[in-house]
Amino acid sequence: MQEARNGRYVRSYNGLWLQFEADSCNLSPATKGEGFFVADEKRLMGPDDIRRALARLSHEVVERHRGAQDLVFVGVHTRGVPLAHRLAGNVSRLEGVHVPVGVLDISLYRDDLGRRASPVVHPTQFPVDIDDKCVVLVDDVLFTGRSIRAAMDALMDMGRPRLVQLLALVDRGHRELPIRADYVGKNIPTAMSEEVQVRLQEVDGVDEVVLLTSATAVTA
Amino acid sequence: MSTLQPVAEPKVTQTGGQCRRHLLDLDDFSPQEIEAVMETADGMREVLGREIKKVPTLRGKVIVTLFYESSTRTRVSFEQAAKILSADVINVSADSSSVSKGESLLNTALTLQATGADFLVVRHPHSGAPYLMASHLERSGVINAGDGWHAHPSQALLDMYTIRRHLGRLAGVKVAIVGDVLHSRVARSNLWGLARVGAHITLCGPPTLLPLDLLRGAGAEGGAYLPDTVAVETDLDRALDGADVVMVLRLQKERQQAGLLPSLREYCRLWQVNPKRLERAKPGALVMHPGPMNEGIEISPAVAHGSQSLIEEQVTNGVAVRMALLYMLAVPGREEAQR
Repeated sequence: MQEARNGRYVRSYNGLWLQFEADSCNLSPATKGEGFFVADEKRLMGPDDIRRALARLSHEVVERHRGAQDLVFVGVHTRGVPLAHRLAGNVSRLEGVHVPVGVLDISLYRDDLGRRASPVVHPTQFPVDIDDKCVVLVDDVLFTGRSIRAAMDALMDMGRPRLVQLLALVDRGHRELPIRADYVGKNIPTAMSEEVQVRLQEVDGVDEVVLLTSATAVTA
Repeated sequence: MSTLQPVAEPKVTQTGGQCRRHLLDLDDFSPQEIEAVMETADGMREVLGREIKKVPTLRGKVIVTLFYESSTRTRVSFEQAAKILSADVINVSADSSSVSKGESLLNTALTLQATGADFLVVRHPHSGAPYLMASHLERSGVINAGDGWHAHPSQALLDMYTIRRHLGRLAGVKVAIVGDVLHSRVARSNLWGLARVGAHITLCGPPTLLPLDLLRGAGAEGGAYLPDTVAVETDLDRALDGADVVMVLRLQKERQQAGLLPSLREYCRLWQVNPKRLERAKPGALVMHPGPMNEGIEISPAVAHGSQSLIEEQVTNGVAVRMALLYMLAVPGREEAQR
């Protein structure tokens, strides 16, 4: 087994530990957690793909709402927030009106407290009252639907929007709740053992969407 | 007659922050963990500012407050914090429980664990009592809400959070802790916590109310080692010189009867923080007090209710910090997620 050096740990959905070499896309074994896993990383979207997808999504939102009246983008912490800002910027340019952006932290509303690693709680921030507004929830990856369930609960505690829609940059399937997205950037069929990661300039220093495969899937 | 032997501190297994079950003191907190508490408290303050102060986070968790000493703000703010997070709270006070029939501390703790308590919030007049409980409880977590002269970690964290909110940082901040340091668990926990994050601390009080080993200083016989960032001072004006924060401690009037002070009047003259003495500190220095205050003794009313006083805000922040602590204790593995 190899010692983890200069790498970056990423916790995947099912609690596997993957370690990424800083300079290559190949993953090396990491001795963290219960087992160790070799994994493969494949890039599915680059900066231009993300920019084009967001441009299309902005047009779709404006078309469906017939403008940007009463529209509020609400980003789910962490990576939903920069996405929401980019979308709001696009829509503001298209329609010539300012579109507010809210920040939603769902840590306090999760249903898997104590099972899944939970980060620091960040403040939820809304620049405007969301009562009677059309809220578009923005998340990076739509997977089981559980975080969206939590996000809706959190949202309802903040007010009573007239309408709530869901926008996801990536839909990777495997829903565990009756939830679907109104706007999807890219549908990516995946296996449960795989993991989709969205990396954004504002958070990770790079714009890309990657598919990670863990060793259990490779050897199985 | 046998002489009293010091009792070894009971062993409590804690895996340094990664999966903390008990909160006993700040001596085993890393700067990163303290920062994580501060950041989470910011998130919790937002919840406190809502119209409907309720989130479902700790639904189904049972939190028992077990107080062997009287308290208003600590007990109420723990209860408030737990209730906002939707936990169920049961309050036990020593005089209305089986403790008054002579039940031992340990048996009381085991009983409460058996009833399904997830956390016991304990205040006890004897130093180390929460450690003893923690070392015997397998399921319940123990939160120290003040034990004897030893520690009061949640108070220290809320003090640090209050400083950080106003000054934006803790490293390099000059804090004067004034008063009865010897008997103060608040001073001790603040000393651990503030020193850990790189603040400069000056402890000040009458020589009879300062720990003797600290007073002697390093090098002297029986003197304690102190890091460069910690100083001990008996002169109030020198202690306050250039301070960013003045933390005033409560003086119990019984200390004078115990012969530690010639008179309260002398104490007021030499160590009371009043507007005139406060001029020595930095302009706009923050004034804090863990409460309950003896106005006119350790602090003058003009300072306690003046524009520089954060004493009321400390109480509000106390609820946010205790929410953060309950959240972080109930949720394992947060350190991993930050990586």
